[in-house]
Amino acid sequence: MSTEVPLLNVQIDGVWLQFPKGTRVIEACSKAGKFIPRYCYHPKLSAPGNCRMCMVELGMPKMGPDRKPIIGSDGRPEIAWIPRPQISCAQDIAEGMAVRTDSPMVQECRKGVMEFLLINHPLDCPICDQAGECRLQEFSVEYGQSSSRFLERKVKKPKNVELGPRVTLDAERCVLCSRCIRFMKEVAQDDVLGFVDRGGFSTIACHPDKTLESNYSLNTVDICPVGALTSTDFRFKMRVWFLKETKTIDVNDGLGCNIIIGSREGRIYRITPRENNDVNSNWIPDSHRLNFKYLHDESRLTFPMVSGKRSSWAEALTQAVNSIKASGNLAMVVSARLTNEELYLAKVLAIALGITLWDVLPRIGEPDGILIPADRNPNTSGAQILGLAGSEPGRQLPKIAEGIRDGSIKGVLSIGEDLTKCGLSPVDLGKLKSLVVVDLLPNATTAAASVLLPGSGWAEKRGSMVNIKGRLQRLNKAVDAPGEARDDWEILNDLATASGSALSLHSIEDVFRAMAQDTPTFAGLNLSKIGDLGLQLDPKPVAAVSSTATV
Amino acid sequence: MAYTVRRPNLTFWEKLYIPNIIAGLLITLKHLKKMLNGETKVIMQYPEEKWDSQLPEYYRGAPTLVKDDHDRERCVSCQLCEFICPPRAITITPGELTSESKFAKVEKAPKEFLIDMTRCIYCGLCEEVCPEQAIYLRKDYAITGENRAEMVHDKVKLYELGGVMHGLVHKWNPDK
Repeated sequence: MSTEVPLLNVQIDGVWLQFPKGTRVIEACSKAGKFIPRYCYHPKLSAPGNCRMCMVELGMPKMGPDRKPIIGSDGRPEIAWIPRPQISCAQDIAEGMAVRTDSPMVQECRKGVMEFLLINHPLDCPICDQAGECRLQEFSVEYGQSSSRFLERKVKKPKNVELGPRVTLDAERCVLCSRCIRFMKEVAQDDVLGFVDRGGFSTIACHPDKTLESNYSLNTVDICPVGALTSTDFRFKMRVWFLKETKTIDVNDGLGCNIIIGSREGRIYRITPRENNDVNSNWIPDSHRLNFKYLHDESRLTFPMVSGKRSSWAEALTQAVNSIKASGNLAMVVSARLTNEELYLAKVLAIALGITLWDVLPRIGEPDGILIPADRNPNTSGAQILGLAGSEPGRQLPKIAEGIRDGSIKGVLSIGEDLTKCGLSPVDLGKLKSLVVVDLLPNATTAAASVLLPGSGWAEKRGSMVNIKGRLQRLNKAVDAPGEARDDWEILNDLATASGSALSLHSIEDVFRAMAQDTPTFAGLNLSKIGDLGLQLDPKPVAAVSSTATV
Repeated sequence: MAYTVRRPNLTFWEKLYIPNIIAGLLITLKHLKKMLNGETKVIMQYPEEKWDSQLPEYYRGAPTLVKDDHDRERCVSCQLCEFICPPRAITITPGELTSESKFAKVEKAPKEFLIDMTRCIYCGLCEEVCPEQAIYLRKDYAITGENRAEMVHDKVKLYELGGVMHGLVHKWNPDK
């Protein structure tokens, strides 16, 4: 390490430990295994120190007349304790500092703070969405009282206030920690929230001319330690303790925000960000987290079809291979929303069928300067590494479209893309002898398909993707695909086997192993090595394959 | 570890068993005599005759939902009963009260509340866990139906069985 941070000696509950200079006392205590309760402190935001929950006893070395610490019999400095409690969130550690995290005075402080916070709290846990993951609930178990000493009437505050299109405020539950205010100011860069009124009437409010409509507004709901800010979408839908949490990644753009899917009995109820400091910190855009409902859409394709008629999987797969083989000149359009494993099998299939013309459909949008990049495909890098897209994704599409229009291409494999978005009309698609489509939802291409194979959505499958920064990340399965829909890799594997591929693959792990053998960038890796936080591949993976990219 | 249990040492008369058999028969005969004299009555013509009036207050019959004195559904669909239910007999679809509702402050009420009586084991954990005192095991025990669907009690049926439970749950009183 070139920039060495000096380590400081800190005594925490009687044990001397070392932490890098600049560590906050609250973080040092956490690292020492002494969790300090907190409401306002959030590691990714500034520390205003306004909730007073994280108070501890602090001490500094006793100084002798020579301004040097007095060394005790144990060879460590003797401590002079500050006679009143201090907040630990806004305080950096110092050499020789001592902390008591659980002394009688500290306990007394926490009990006092809890009693004050609960004075006006409505105690409506049975209807509150935060119940089960509420800091106020947790700390009131540890430091609260079973009965209230408050005889006066509770202050009534506005409930069910729409702060913005996606966030609802219940001011009575608010503990005025200001996390949401600081988040909007510091991270979302849209300073719309603030405190109004004084004392017990103090409450969160939006700037009078504005609403909380930033594309990052729902992150305030995640960081709200109580149930004051709730997601209008998730509000009253499901109790959080029922939700099965699946660690996976978001597929709405090239960054691949790390997320947790909360699902119950095959239905997704909410998506929350998962901390990954190399990717998305603790945040995720609202547009991405709410974009999961199409997975439960009524119109999802649930059974295979041959020429518009329902068929069995065995028949559809045979028909698909036969019709595409018999059609003549072929092309393939794959989606850069597919996982590496699926892209790899798509390529295996293409080679088995003798296809040489293929590409992905690029999706480019305006970057938002915070998290969302220009590339809205989650796995463009993966497609490039696997040779399904060149350094300029989508370059072959006009050629494919032209070939279909002038009749030189007779058969097309479309895996997860709508060809009408590649510059083709439904009439053009009608000219094809064979159109084999794997997709989730009906569109113009699935309507024209000679064989239609229903695949799985991103939350319904396992696999890996490579984000724009060359980070290999893992998708995990949260829910089952509807009806007879199957995993895309299974479909592609069956098609490849029927087309004469000699690969014998029986699980997603097998696919990754085969892919890693054929692809130098993935050499030596497997799905479990990727881990929950992903794995940074060697820099510039794209340059390595640009020479072997599409024809 | 295996260990040996000593068998009792029986006397000669005990080994014969006959005295014990005779003693048992005498008890049977004593009861027969009492029955013939009409001193004891052991047969009840169920279901024409029932013991319902004898059921104690704590009897655990079918779980039901109750309304309060103001005709408010006490249940706020917190789903704790659904969570605690050992045979997973309860299925709740949470719903939101509109702002026009008389009880808008409560904000939440079940859209649908199903208890599958073919699964229910009458354990009473739902009643015990309920923070709103909305679910009670009443005294109905003869829950019958001609098919499985009939055995699933929906919200309407549950309120019909439960009726009104007096005593205020002060929490949702807007003046409190």
